[in-house]
Amino acid sequence: MTRETTSFVYVTYIRSTPQKVFEAIIKPDVARRYWGHENVSDWKAGSKWEHIRANDERTVELVGKVVEISPPTRLVITWANASQADDPSKTSRVTFAIEEYDTMVRLTVCHDELEAGSGMAKGVSQGWPAVLSSMKSFLETGSGIDLFAKPKSALIAAGA
Amino acid sequence: MDADKVFKALGDPTRRRLLDLLCEQNGQTLGQLCENLDMARQSATQHLDLLEAANLVSTVKRGREKLHFINPVPLHEVYERWVRKFERQRLSLLHDLKQELEGEDQ
Repeated sequence: MTRETTSFVYVTYIRSTPQKVFEAIIKPDVARRYWGHENVSDWKAGSKWEHIRANDERTVELVGKVVEISPPTRLVITWANASQADDPSKTSRVTFAIEEYDTMVRLTVCHDELEAGSGMAKGVSQGWPAVLSSMKSFLETGSGIDLFAKPKSALIAAGA
Repeated sequence: MDADKVFKALGDPTRRRLLDLLCEQNGQTLGQLCENLDMARQSATQHLDLLEAANLVSTVKRGREKLHFINPVPLHEVYERWVRKFERQRLSLLHDLKQELEGEDQ
């Protein structure tokens, strides 16, 4: 089967260590603080992983498999909407590569095998820059960006 | 993020055009990008190097080809620091008003 796919490559430099960046991805109690989600798995090659919204509902939004894991430099996972987990054409792949770079860490997130023009392709192209900015802020300053923030004027209008 | 490098890289029409081209189609080779630019490969390479130094473009080698990807992470940081902070909603109202008033010109 052939399908038209698209890919994205995101790079950020973080003043941190490879271990801390790797843990920020795979440890739920770290990820929830800057991502608003947790990535839950036993992190063994072949195992399942789940992307769970870190709120009371704990909705499982994304699921996939751990393809390859070599801490603290490389993690490859598959990625699909929980509702489309059985459809191979809706499954994409994410590769995290972590390299030491001077006094920093260069984190490259490559998201490929995405269905061209799909909602997922659109969603991740908006999501990753925000998640990576937030991760960088969190690791460098101890606080992430509120990814669900609304403009202040909207809160005033709502009487909050 | 090195903000000076980002703003310097954005301060040139050719480099902004390159980012627009990558936004339309991500993962292009130098040759593909040059097809849409009226300049020698060597000049285009220099512009791409500046974009890469500012981390606005990342590259991946695939076989003999070098593919260029737009990397909007530094742009997001600029947005967080210089736009969102100054209240996005009001700015978008002004932007709409400007478009509407200017659009009535013809």
